[in-house]
Amino acid sequence: MYNILLGGAAGDGIETMSSLFEKTLKQYGYHIFTMRDFMSRVRGGHNFTQLRFGQNPIFAHRDDLDGLFAIDETTYEAHRKNLKSEGFILCDQSLNINDPRCIKLPLQDIAKKIGNPKTITTVALGSLLKLFHFSLDDAIEIIINNFSGKHQELNLDALKIGYTLVNSRYLTKSKKKSTDLLISGNTAISLGALAGGLNFYSAYPMSPSTSILLYLATQSNSKKLVVEQSEDEISAINMALGASYAGAKAMVGTSGGGFSLMVEGLGFSGIAELPIVIVDIQRPGPATGLPTRTEQSDLKFVISASQGEFPRMVIALKDHADCFYQTARAFSLAEKYQIPIILLSDQYLGDATATIPCFDTIHQSTNKNINTDPPISNDLPYQRYQLTLNGISPNKIPGKTQSLVRIDSDEHDEFGQITESATLRTQMVDKRMRKLKNLKLELIEPEFFGHPNCTTLLLGFGSTNGIIKEAVTLLNKHCDTYGCLIFSDIYPLPQQQLIHYANQCQSIINVEQNATGQLAALIRESTLISCDYSILKYDGRQLSVDELLLKLNYFKERNPS
Amino acid sequence: MNQFTTSETAWCPGCGNYAILETLTQVLNNLNRSPHEIVLVGGIGQAAKTNQYISANGFSGLHGRALPAATGIKLANQALTVIINTGDGDSYGEGGNHFIHTIRRNVDITHLVHDNQIYGLTKGQPSPTSDPCDLNHITPACNQSVPFNPLLMAIAAGATFVARGFTGEKEHLKEIIQAAILHKGYALVDILQPCISFNKVNTYAYYKNRIQFLDQSYDPHNKMLALEKSMIFGETIPIGIFYEDNPLTYCEKKPQLFDSVPIIDKHHSPQDIEKLLESFK
Repeated sequence: MYNILLGGAAGDGIETMSSLFEKTLKQYGYHIFTMRDFMSRVRGGHNFTQLRFGQNPIFAHRDDLDGLFAIDETTYEAHRKNLKSEGFILCDQSLNINDPRCIKLPLQDIAKKIGNPKTITTVALGSLLKLFHFSLDDAIEIIINNFSGKHQELNLDALKIGYTLVNSRYLTKSKKKSTDLLISGNTAISLGALAGGLNFYSAYPMSPSTSILLYLATQSNSKKLVVEQSEDEISAINMALGASYAGAKAMVGTSGGGFSLMVEGLGFSGIAELPIVIVDIQRPGPATGLPTRTEQSDLKFVISASQGEFPRMVIALKDHADCFYQTARAFSLAEKYQIPIILLSDQYLGDATATIPCFDTIHQSTNKNINTDPPISNDLPYQRYQLTLNGISPNKIPGKTQSLVRIDSDEHDEFGQITESATLRTQMVDKRMRKLKNLKLELIEPEFFGHPNCTTLLLGFGSTNGIIKEAVTLLNKHCDTYGCLIFSDIYPLPQQQLIHYANQCQSIINVEQNATGQLAALIRESTLISCDYSILKYDGRQLSVDELLLKLNYFKERNPS
Repeated sequence: MNQFTTSETAWCPGCGNYAILETLTQVLNNLNRSPHEIVLVGGIGQAAKTNQYISANGFSGLHGRALPAATGIKLANQALTVIINTGDGDSYGEGGNHFIHTIRRNVDITHLVHDNQIYGLTKGQPSPTSDPCDLNHITPACNQSVPFNPLLMAIAAGATFVARGFTGEKEHLKEIIQAAILHKGYALVDILQPCISFNKVNTYAYYKNRIQFLDQSYDPHNKMLALEKSMIFGETIPIGIFYEDNPLTYCEKKPQLFDSVPIIDKHHSPQDIEKLLESFK
């Protein structure tokens, strides 16, 4: 397995270079995981992508680097401590870097000679591919597929010259076309939504959720879905709720700040029983926080957001496959229970690309759980909010039935008319809350991973999944007995596995990307199980496997068993 | 047969809303549409309750958010006729941002603003359209800020149908509501509607003495003229259709998406994405 970092300023072309490198790797059947770390600016600063690739599936980033492509000295200074002693630094000869691991090349001069200084990253890509012994032909094909006209010509020149600058250093395996997908978490959510039958998406651009809006907008005409960029997030959710009322499968996407604006709409969905899927791609808050960075600090907020009480479900997406399957599932659960479903992801998972097995579309369903029958009889008009045993009332689509469909954000009677009746109020709250009983039966327990007789249990949710699991694998190789439960369905909290392993383990450690241990708090509130230690990170950067191992060793040394 | 009927309301006796309820019901009954094909949308406020009192589909949403909800309903199913009844506070205050951008979208919906120049449901605070405060006369609900001019704002933002009616002139009101519903695109009808409980200034008599019908010679297709007319509000208050134009609506601009089959009836299958998945392989 190799770990390569490509770094430079915003606007230098690091993202394009990474994407071309990834595509070449994919041609060889490599598994890839690319983490993206960038600043909230269009030009300048320091951005980098970290590509990890190898023969086995990868779900997390690591710190130790085999190679570094540095467009500037800043990149070198920021990351040299992570570069292995036998690693390489690929950079332009003009850089003031004094390191025996340096491979200094005339990248800038070549780019200038070719006629566009921006091709420096393609020259470097040529050299990088040669270092890893990839064939030039495959890279040429990728350039041809990704550029056209004059740009294609320039980049092909750049690539070919770059390829001649170095000798191969690593042996890579031979070409093998893989049917895996190379995809980002946010694109996987978009595809999951399409597979779930999405008809209507409205959003206001907000990092790190914007890529969902952009991707879905490209599919609007071909997949026959409305994609509307609204004037604000309040409009986004109210538009989606209007569409939902009219029978559309509706979704909105945002980050914490936009979610804050949507909160009244969330409650409206709850009381009016309008199905909706709300995606929150978390970033560090509060307020503007760190716009392009990662955190898991919205958990308790999305669980409790809105005045009043109503059933909702929160799903913390844990990897790229989960992004697809859980999003598709969210649509059917939202419709079945007529509730809001909140999908929590974060910048780390949203922007990271990974290779994963191609999605199974056969077992997905876009069916609508909506009753479009004519009214039962004229004597018994349709009741949108009929009091039922399971709390779910017949949901008809206005215009698709002779019945009149009334919904209300006020407390209402069974017909959807405003009421202030004390009896009806209690009956309606009870009816809505009854939906939780069946919903809880559908919860997916967190999959246990690790030593079956584990004595230390790690708990996490969402995007730390791959990191925690890799740490557990490494620890257990050294005769340790670690296990972990990573929650994807997180609210209501599935409890069976948790209670089982909590009873078995001597110590429980929650691993979270927030400052207050929100998962631990939810677990304590729901089950009275207390975690013994917390590993919390809230600097806007995702915990790496290596950092987690260091912290776990620290606990171990302090508490030898 | 009158398919649209009204039910008992929670409004004050003598409220201007009754005239709107009556007028709108008459227009609906002449529309050749069934109640199940009409969606009446409201936000929050006395005016927003209108949809509770007419036998049609009803969507009582959040305060200030009737316009985005109506937009979502119409885009999901174009076959529905979508009419918003809500007040000046809901439309121009709480929902001011949506007002601007709904106009810009030009979705085919009708926006009836029951403008009583005051907050009724919360019992008497100034609304964006309340008269300016007069330092010599202390009135409880006047505007310290410059009063909002909805017609001027609407025309400037690109609205394709802008009208003002008065509940004291029901026949005239009926005509413009009907024209607004038949108009293709976003239509605003600002309806002067006295709040007899809390607005002691802008009364029936006050409006009666000031209204002036836009006459036959007025050309509602002249935007500059419409802007000029919309700035008149005071000693005389013009009523009628100020501006009308027929550019493409939101849906007409996207014929690939909005054809004879409503969005909600388009067939979807999870396998539709197979082709997309190829691009990630």
